[in-house]
Amino acid sequence: MESFDFIEIKVPAKPEYVGVIRLTSSGVANRMGFSYEDIEDLKVAISEAVTNTVNHAYEKDEDGEVTIGFGVYENRLEVMVADHGGSFNLDQVKRNIGPYEAAEPIEQLREGGFGLFLIDALMDKVEINSDSGVIVLMTKYLHENGVGLDDDQISTTQ
Amino acid sequence: MNLTVDVQENEGKSVVLLAGEIDAYTAPKLKEALLSLTEKEGNKVEVNLEQVNYMDSTGLGVFVSGLKSTKENNSELKLVQLQDRVYRLFEITGLIDVIDVDKTVQGGY
Repeated sequence: MESFDFIEIKVPAKPEYVGVIRLTSSGVANRMGFSYEDIEDLKVAISEAVTNTVNHAYEKDEDGEVTIGFGVYENRLEVMVADHGGSFNLDQVKRNIGPYEAAEPIEQLREGGFGLFLIDALMDKVEINSDSGVIVLMTKYLHENGVGLDDDQISTTQ
Repeated sequence: MNLTVDVQENEGKSVVLLAGEIDAYTAPKLKEALLSLTEKEGNKVEVNLEQVNYMDSTGLGVFVSGLKSTKENNSELKLVQLQDRVYRLFEITGLIDVIDVDKTVQGGY
């Protein structure tokens, strides 16, 4: 069994705590030796996942919590973001994932819903489980060749 | 972990100076300030992001709202002096082709 350290944080599902999680993520990633660029990617990806949960709790007027788990492995960081509230429509979320197209009429541009697209673009591996609540599990490997600027397609299975 | 929004009227355009982080917590305040400017018929709005060291998709959403508002009110929106990390998000999402973004630092090349 591969050994790892595990860090878990639970915060209220409120916007003011997204920054707290971001600072914590930055600290953990820095401790592991991630590059500046990778740390910035992690901060955005983790914030996106936490923001999704916060927005969801807000829409349903719930006093929910978000649980964030960091699995610190020798060669990678696994981050789990769990929403213990209800579940949201995953198919609908997936339909809204994708880059903007210049040809898209401005009136049809999305103002939200592309957080998951960014998570997908910035992390090496992303898995979403929506069986009970929503759990986003994302992985970033510690290596010199991070995800490049244009490398926005990654596998979600292994 | 906050955002300051400073609006200056300068030579017929509204210059919005931002400093700090744009995320789920600070985005509503930015949206309110930005839309109040783009909703003025024919207004030119320039948003300076030089001091913005963090932004995520909530920020992108605010600027998409702003862009939509310019179309409805015949106003203009331009983002200037973005840091590399912030600029990158506009590139990844393809928004760079939709919103007027100029990352060039003032006085730079």
